[in-house]
Amino acid sequence: MKVLVCIGNVPDTTTKVRFDAEMKSLDTNGVQWVINPWDELALTRALEIKEQSGGKIEKVSVINVGKIDSEPTIRKALAIGADDAYRVDADPSDAYYIAAQIAEVAKQESFDIVLAGKESSDFNGAVVGSMLAEFLEFPSVSAVTAFDFADGVISLKREIDGGKELLSVEAPFVAVVQKGICINPRIPAMRGIMMARSKPIKVSAPIDVDTMIEYQTFDLPQSKAACKMIDPEDTDTLVDLLHGEAKVI
Amino acid sequence: MSIIVFAENRTGKLKKTSFEAVSYAVNIAKNTSKSVVAVSVGNVTDEELSLLAKYGANKIVSVVDPKWENHESQAYTKLLSEIAEKESADVVVFSHSNLGKALAPRLSVRMKAGLISGVIALPTEYLPIAVKRKTYNGGAFQLMKVKSSKAILTINPNSCEIAENPVDVNIENYTPAVSAEGGTKVESVDLITGKVLLTEAAIVISGGRGLKSGDNWGPIEELADILGAGIACSRPVSDEGWRSHDEHVGQTGKIIAPDLYLAVGISGAIQHIGGVSGTKVLVAIDKDKDAPIFKYADYGINGDAFEVLPRLIESFKKFKAS
Repeated sequence: MKVLVCIGNVPDTTTKVRFDAEMKSLDTNGVQWVINPWDELALTRALEIKEQSGGKIEKVSVINVGKIDSEPTIRKALAIGADDAYRVDADPSDAYYIAAQIAEVAKQESFDIVLAGKESSDFNGAVVGSMLAEFLEFPSVSAVTAFDFADGVISLKREIDGGKELLSVEAPFVAVVQKGICINPRIPAMRGIMMARSKPIKVSAPIDVDTMIEYQTFDLPQSKAACKMIDPEDTDTLVDLLHGEAKVI
Repeated sequence: MSIIVFAENRTGKLKKTSFEAVSYAVNIAKNTSKSVVAVSVGNVTDEELSLLAKYGANKIVSVVDPKWENHESQAYTKLLSEIAEKESADVVVFSHSNLGKALAPRLSVRMKAGLISGVIALPTEYLPIAVKRKTYNGGAFQLMKVKSSKAILTINPNSCEIAENPVDVNIENYTPAVSAEGGTKVESVDLITGKVLLTEAAIVISGGRGLKSGDNWGPIEELADILGAGIACSRPVSDEGWRSHDEHVGQTGKIIAPDLYLAVGISGAIQHIGGVSGTKVLVAIDKDKDAPIFKYADYGINGDAFEVLPRLIESFKKFKAS
């Protein structure tokens, strides 16, 4: 079986969000680009499962839809341990467009399991993974918090609103994963970084797909009034304010 | 034309977010002369379903066959697309819940409908729909516009008003043409009962590293009990295993937007704030007066959590009794 992990190239999660003068796009000056955190967890778990699978999982690939500037992020995924990579050479315009591009490669290369993080840490759309499943006509499981592969049987745990469910699923399928499938991402070792240099990144041209959404403008939250400090001895006052002033209790 | 609302229930009771979604759809309907059709899947009584009409659902399509309790994403997508076609719907509204997030993207591809997820306000334009959503972990807002003739929206919980708008109750018990079977099978379900659902809670009490150990959560639980609040924690707390990952709020955990968020012993790393930026009123208790959390808080107490919490519990008890 072959596993494909979708990786987004996103600004480091501590980036101070600023936009250009027209408020149309992120000011990328000084931004550090990283693998989307949930995609990194997906990759880590995919590699763990491959190692435990006794050869049943032949390879773990990563895919990114992006221009050449996303290659350092792809190399990092290779350094973490992905066997090879695909890059669809296009601007990631909207989720529908991205999902259609990934689906095309997944179909061409007949991947059995596709993993995607629950959302990107920049746009927070939580959309691409499940769209991809529909394009591929694969079953999909969202909010996946555990992924196990033992004796050829795949079991997933998913979070439902107010509980958890254990599911069994047969490949092919798409899993949209979140924290829990592993806790910390794998850190590339020096050997991995050296090996990543010679691993292949297959670059392909995008297929023709219309976008569905137009991005208009951004705006920033209004700055907050200063915090009202309350004497730690006087918790009654806090309760009064929450009731009388803030009206939340 | 109509607007479909996917009205979720939890063990037979409609969720508060379902009423938010219906109210949202009614707003679009009024601005575009459409009707609102709520879709319910699961064992929900007609009496419970009639609540949807109180908020303005002109029609309620109910699928009660227990086979459909499986939340199978692919099968549900086919079901919703079948109902959308039957009801000539060109807009579908979901909650931005686990289930909504699983279904809306699939349906978007199936219906060729532009999807805007996690919207936080009513549309600014209706034909086609343009609406604001949160982005960059609450660090910014983004106005997006649908280009396709059909649209799907997922509504952030606790972001949009519930408004009563009573109409006649019209329930259709529907037998789907498509099969409930799909490629996944639910082997077991583990429901958390008796706890306030974090993503829907109006009040959330959250503890951080300042509480020093998983054994010190007694006062947090007591306070949550008094206020009927949900319990949350910061990332180090769940990473250390003091509390379950389900309670982790922050960028990599749950994103919530309660009316009141009470952060105890949480310093306020940017990733944590990303998870609570939609909060209406934030209260911080921390012993470090320079903790970043006070920059985001509306009310703050600079003090030792172990001393402040018992006093706060007494104050809330007094308030509740009055």
